Amino acid sequence: MEQLLLLIFLPLVGAIITAFAGKSAKIVSTVISIASLALALFIACNFIPNASTQFEANLPWIADLGIRFHAGIDGISMLVVLLTNLLVPIIILSSYKHDYKNPSAFYALILFMQCGLLLVFTAMDAFLFYIGWEAALIPIYFICAIWGGKDRISVNMKFFIYTIGGSLFMLMGIIYLYLQNPAHNFDIQAFYALNLDNAQQGWIFWAFFIAFAIKMPIFPFHTWQPDTYTVAPTQGIMLLSGIMLKMGIYGVIRWLLPIVPAGVQDWGNLAIILSIIGIVYASIIAFTQKDAKRLVAYSSIAHVGLISAGIFALNQQGMQGAMVQMLSHGINVVGLFFVLDIIFSRLKTNKIEDLGGIAKVAPKLAITFLIIILGTVALPGTNGFIGEFLLLMGVYNYGIWAAAIAGLTIIFGAVYMLRMYQNIMLGKTNELTITFTDIKGTEKLVLYTICALIIVLGVYPKPILHLTEASVQHLLEQVNQKLNTVN
Amino acid sequence: MNIIITISLTAFIVLYAGLFKANKALLPLTVVGLLTALGFTVGAWNGNAVHFGMMQTDNFALAFSGVCIVGTLLIFLLTQNYFHAKSDNIAEYYTLILFALAGMIMMVSYKNMAMLFVGLEIMSVSLYILAGIRKKDFASNEASLKYFLMGAFSTGFLLFGITLIYGATGSFDLDRIHAYLIDNSIAISPIFYPGVILMMIGLSFKIGAAPFHFWTPDVYEGSPTLITTFMSTVVKTAGFAAFLRLFAGTFAPLHDFYVMPLMVIVCLTLFIGNVTALFQKNFKRMLAYSSISHAGYLLFSLIVLTKNSDNNVFVYAAAYTFASIIAFAVLILVKQKTGSDSFDSFNGLAKRNPMVALCLTVAMLSLAGIPLTAGFIGKYLMFLNVMQEYQTLLVAFAILNALVGFYYYFKVIVAMWFKDGDETELSTPAQYKIVLLISVLITIVLGVYPSIVLNLI
Repeated sequence: MEQLLLLIFLPLVGAIITAFAGKSAKIVSTVISIASLALALFIACNFIPNASTQFEANLPWIADLGIRFHAGIDGISMLVVLLTNLLVPIIILSSYKHDYKNPSAFYALILFMQCGLLLVFTAMDAFLFYIGWEAALIPIYFICAIWGGKDRISVNMKFFIYTIGGSLFMLMGIIYLYLQNPAHNFDIQAFYALNLDNAQQGWIFWAFFIAFAIKMPIFPFHTWQPDTYTVAPTQGIMLLSGIMLKMGIYGVIRWLLPIVPAGVQDWGNLAIILSIIGIVYASIIAFTQKDAKRLVAYSSIAHVGLISAGIFALNQQGMQGAMVQMLSHGINVVGLFFVLDIIFSRLKTNKIEDLGGIAKVAPKLAITFLIIILGTVALPGTNGFIGEFLLLMGVYNYGIWAAAIAGLTIIFGAVYMLRMYQNIMLGKTNELTITFTDIKGTEKLVLYTICALIIVLGVYPKPILHLTEASVQHLLEQVNQKLNTVN
Repeated sequence: MNIIITISLTAFIVLYAGLFKANKALLPLTVVGLLTALGFTVGAWNGNAVHFGMMQTDNFALAFSGVCIVGTLLIFLLTQNYFHAKSDNIAEYYTLILFALAGMIMMVSYKNMAMLFVGLEIMSVSLYILAGIRKKDFASNEASLKYFLMGAFSTGFLLFGITLIYGATGSFDLDRIHAYLIDNSIAISPIFYPGVILMMIGLSFKIGAAPFHFWTPDVYEGSPTLITTFMSTVVKTAGFAAFLRLFAGTFAPLHDFYVMPLMVIVCLTLFIGNVTALFQKNFKRMLAYSSISHAGYLLFSLIVLTKNSDNNVFVYAAAYTFASIIAFAVLILVKQKTGSDSFDSFNGLAKRNPMVALCLTVAMLSLAGIPLTAGFIGKYLMFLNVMQEYQTLLVAFAILNALVGFYYYFKVIVAMWFKDGDETELSTPAQYKIVLLISVLITIVLGVYPSIVLNLI
């Protein structure tokens, strides 16, 4: 219990220290985020990969409203907690070459967001989950709106209204479940045990699904995303795409499936159709992008579409695939955006046609970028492969046509990603790119770490699969059992 | 009783102090008087005394009295540097505010319709004068006249309603009226119903609920900002307590009858308040319209009556009061510096004075209802309340309105943090610092650990 509380609140304490750290905020936040990572690794080492919830903290909070500070870690949580604590130091390190104005606020907000994210990923109390959900949103709004590019104000307002609107509907669903629960509390097990009829499950499904779908984002709730990615500062995009997006996926797995399985059964087909439309649609749009950042933003929608299709297929492979892919996508997308950020910070452009031949002047960057791209397009032996393979298998078990269309994401992805690589890195250098200097210092550190992770997870994914397997199985059993009692 | 006596005495003492030109002593005297009154409030807790069959100081009354007194105290602290050196009616300002407060204490603790009326009028008449206290300011004059006409009009409705109810029951006493409703549940006199509706209209005027809200923006904008602060926070809270005492308590057996018109009022209030606030370019007017929308959320507690309705209103009103006090305090500072109260004058405030900007940000987050602030707990309780009868459509409507709310509250945050303004320093007087600090502290503590107030009443 103490470890978990420390894990959650260390970033918060760190945020407060960082806020007053002034010029040394960079160093302070790095130290704290690495300490969090160490703590998460320590917890992971002591974690026994069975279906149980471990390191539980269950403390009274707002007793009159049936709200407790109840958090714990099972295999599924462990994975996303690791992801969060892994990516935050990487993201902070990746910002080293930027001189953001008012750095203490910037790094404090990142750490504050980390606290919110960890709450989301460990909460066993729906109210706590909601608090974490919003606590992660406020910092990222400020990060994007203060340090973003032009048009940031209106774009971020759209992003903010979208996401908070979704979550308010989720709040309505949570209150409904609370009232249905005879014990009048927000405990997740009590919510799991509820026997709602199909109509109730149907609308609870939508109340939650809209919130999660906006966050992920699934077609047609994605319209905030490309604009936001374009104007947000790189570290903001990394937080959004690397971690925050996983909040939606995690929410579906943890809250949506086990609480309203019949709702998922009724509406899950629609969710899969939307996801698959999203895959194709986003891939096609990614083709036509001239700006590399936007291209990656759309490719992210495509990848997430596949993940959500895999989850709603409701089988072990799809679910496990989603787990692995959450981790892989987080690592890969942060890598991609980091490379684009390096290019932008030197050449002040991310337009694909302006670039070319960078591989000649910056071979180290070219190699690492290639590894990240290969991971993204799911080449066997990289981390992306395991996830996409399992996901496609899961979708295939759901329906062969669905798998056939969803599989396009791999082909499309390979085409637009490799074409982007070719246009940016290969060919002849031009006046602009001839001045390019190769990566050094923290850039090297970050990119090498990411590449190492891509390869290690690709070659030896077993620990990750093992970590989540029991929990996923348990979750699916719960869902199926509940479905059988309803039908 | 002690509370009212203390406040009234303080008012007289302050008036005489003003007569003898002891302007420096006014604030300390007032603060001492209010703190004493607050002491009596705390001391009478759980006492539940009835005074002369006219007033009842139960926990409900005491809790709302407490909020009103603390709110007024904070507003008094904002008077630092507010009056120009030449102004010779500072004592009158103080006295009138104190009299209004005495009226409010009556409004939150009445047990007899006559006391409701007396309390309401003591408060209103003081406010009519306060609104127009800047004799040479045209907007202030207009505000005063408008407020007076509308107020008198609404008093008429209220009185008519009281009369009809007296006609039906033969009593002004709330307990007797309640007993009448229960005893004659089948054969309630037909004149009782219009009485209820007329009282509802009268009180809706006072709390600025749509469609009886038309005076609010102009009066709030025209009055001196300090008085606007007072009107939109403390006065509103007292009005709500009075509303609640009557409708959630005495008229509760008629709930089925009055819930439909109330629902209409709630929806209109939410919609009109939020949508019109959205289009304001002036911060003060935006706060005025948003205060209308908050009246809508507050009325939620009357749609479904539960044992927690009282407490829910208390929490919401407290959250709203302290957040609004921050907003108006910062507005006063900014207006003194720039001479304007449009959104643009907040541009770049974060650079000029980050602490003030941070306080205002917390206030805006609370008003918008973001978790970990008091405003969220308030909204949450209101939603929870109506969800108890599964009024999901109403909640969905409220959510859409809340989204509009986010938009205009965040306009201020955007102006402060993301826009560039002129770089002139904005200094904060010591008393303002105290007010901001206390209010922010209350806002955050109630947001993070609301248990302290949840079962107060």
